Formats: sequence, structure tokens, C-alpha cells
Amino acid sequence: MPIICSSCEQKRAMLKRPKTGHSLCKECFFSAFEEEVHQTIVSARLFNSGETVGIGASGGKDSTVLAHVMKVLNQRYDYGLNLLLLSVDEGITGYRDDSLETVKRNQQQYDLPLKIVSYEELYGWTMDAIVKQVGLKNNCTFCGVFRRQALDRGALMLKVDKICTGHNADDIAETVLMNVLRGDIARLRRCTAISTASEGEGVVPRCKPLKYAYEKEIVLYAYFKKLDYFSTECIYSPNAYRGYARAFLKDLEAVRPSAIIDVIHSGENLSVREGVRMPVQGNCTRCGYISSQALCKSCVLLEGLNRGLPRLGIGKHNRLRGKILAQEPLTQEEERKLKAVDF
Amino acid sequence: MAAPIALHLEFGGGAELLFGGVKDHQVTLPSQSQPWDMKRLLVWIRANMLKERPELFVQGHTVRPGILVLINDADWELMGELTYELQDQDNVVFISTLHGG
Repeated sequence: MPIICSSCEQKRAMLKRPKTGHSLCKECFFSAFEEEVHQTIVSARLFNSGETVGIGASGGKDSTVLAHVMKVLNQRYDYGLNLLLLSVDEGITGYRDDSLETVKRNQQQYDLPLKIVSYEELYGWTMDAIVKQVGLKNNCTFCGVFRRQALDRGALMLKVDKICTGHNADDIAETVLMNVLRGDIARLRRCTAISTASEGEGVVPRCKPLKYAYEKEIVLYAYFKKLDYFSTECIYSPNAYRGYARAFLKDLEAVRPSAIIDVIHSGENLSVREGVRMPVQGNCTRCGYISSQALCKSCVLLEGLNRGLPRLGIGKHNRLRGKILAQEPLTQEEERKLKAVDF
Repeated sequence: MAAPIALHLEFGGGAELLFGGVKDHQVTLPSQSQPWDMKRLLVWIRANMLKERPELFVQGHTVRPGILVLINDADWELMGELTYELQDQDNVVFISTLHGG
């Protein structure tokens, strides 16, 4: 006996929603999913009419669904937004070049303008070249730090008012767990925020319209709508720490589907005791980007790459960092430390 | 004796990488004394189809958490999951959600 949709009570139910436990047909699921994203956008007042919004697009499932839903909602509810796709080309052969092909098809399918900014044009280094120099151990640090700035720089080039990204509920719950496990109280406090206000010059406000959308629903939405997305793991990323957090959450979800939203709520309701010292946000003295140090992480990493001392930005080399940035000579021992590549 | 049954299996969202990169598979399950259900299908897939790292696909008696299963386009959670009795010409889809977005 097929189960009947609990919403329209007519068609056959095609999925069980993890968040509510409701069994819905395809049509009722599409409208429930889209309505929830709309409610998220409206209740958090993510956008204002007339704004230009850049959708961070990787070609993966989350950003493909985000682009599709933003396009639909902008028309249905007359948000008055000027939408465009913004992609970062990290320069990873066999991974990003393929996923960017998907983004280019999305550009046609959704009829949205597309801007691609590359690490090569911004920093003079592709990830392929960086991995050649630093190896496979700390490459994700470079990629993550560079990507954050690259999206901002692309947004500034296009005069975008806001960036939205495809982070979903599962991603945010993972990040909460990771920040707890690392004791990173500053990130723990801000990682559940649905949007960041402009933090200063050169930083474009960001938001996450899919913050409360479960990964299962995003994948099924893309599957039922036959959206064109790309799914391959980055060839350089073992990303072990997030992988463990992710597998742990999936195990919890299998036992209790609300676990994901529960972890997010825990993160949201956490308050930090007064008197806990937080890093003070300032600006990088070299590039002007937001930073809690005199030089931003991106400039330190780049300095290390360009000098052939890739470990400069990795780990605790604060004393050496000061020395090198003041152009003071290093001892042989110090140079050896910063050059060492551990595979 | 249950007669042999033909199935269309589809792997997506990155799960195809564990099956030699091939997404679509037409398979025929041999005749056996008990009816073919999803639990027995998973055992058969593991023994006959998985090319690498089986722990990324099956865990214990079921699929690894994070892999979605659709039977004839419907969420298997509505179909009895492991106890669903497969019919000739059924379409079973496995989609990994564990790959990057």
C-alpha cells in the first residue's frame, strides 16, 4: 500500500522529511522546501529590494540548489534582486575545471550572469602549483584562506551588495561540532550566524539562505528537479577532521533526525561569559583585508610561498613571522624549519 | 524458489566512484530460496559490484549513513527500508550526500 502525501492527501508520498517526519509527494515537497527558504530569507531580512546579490557557485549540489531556489523565489515573491553567479577557480586540474563546466551550464540554464575569479590572477599561484611546493598536508589551509578573500574580491569587482552561499544545516552543525572540539570560542560564537554584517572595507556581507535546509532535502530536491550538479571529492582534500565530524553527525541523524537542527540550536543559544578574551578585528597593513593581526593570513601565506618558505603561515611561527616581515635575516636553522615539507 | 529478477541500479552523488565510476547498472539477481529484499540486495552488491572501499557504502547490515536510497523514485524510508521485497524491473537509486557541495 503506497503511503499518501500528508499535505495534499491525494498523491503518493515520495519522501519522508527528516526535520518534520512528514511524508510528502514531490509537488508538496517542492513547495514546502521553497517556502521554508523564503521564510528564512524574510524573517532574517537577508536582502533588500534593488540589491545585487552574488551567489557563490561551485557547481556542487548546495550552490546549484541555492541558485535555482533564489531564481524561483526572486520571481515568485518579487524580491527585486539582481542575481548573478560568482565562482572561484582554485586551479585544480581534474576537479575545479570540471565543476566550473557545470557552473557554465547553470549560467545558461538559469540565465544568470557569471563571474569566475581565479587564484592565479589574484595571487599568482594555482592550487596545483601550491601543492607542488607545500605537499598534501597543509594545502587546505591555503585554499580555505584564499577562497574566502577571492569571493570578496570577485564581489567587489562586480559591485555586489551581498554574497549568499549554499551552506546547509548539516554543514553548520558540523562546524559547531568542530569548533567545540577545537575549543575555538570566537568561531563557535559566530559560526551559526545566518549573516555577517559588513566587517569593514573590502569585506562584502554574506548570508546563508539554506541554513535550516537539511542535506537530504537538498539532494532530493536536486534529484527530483533533475538539476545539473557536479559531485566529486576534491583531489587534494582529505579534510579528515571535518570528515569525522560529518560521519558522527550522520550516525546521530540516523538515530534521531532532529540531531542536526538540535546541534545548530545549541550553537545559537550558547553565550560566552563576559571577560573571555576575543581577538580584536582590524585590517591587514599590507592589503587592507579584515584581520586580527598586523598582516592577514592570506598575506603571510603568500609571503611564505613567494619566498620559498611555505610553512611561514602554518602553525606557530609568530616570532619568525615578525622577523621575516621586518626583512631581518633568518638563521639556517630557522630557514630549515620553514622549508620542511612533510608528506 | 523465487525466480531471478532484473533490476536497474543507479549510483550518484559520488557513490558511483565506488563502482568504477559507472552510474547505471542493469543487473539480474539469481534465483534463490528466499525472496530478494533490500537487505539481501546490499549483501549481493557488496559481494558482486563494489570495486573499492566497501565501508564507504555499507555499514553493518545497511547503507552507510548519508547515502540516500530511492526505490522506484520514492524514499526507501517510506517503503520499509531493508525489509522491502524487490520486484522484477524495480529501479533502485543510491545517492551519496557525503561529497562536497
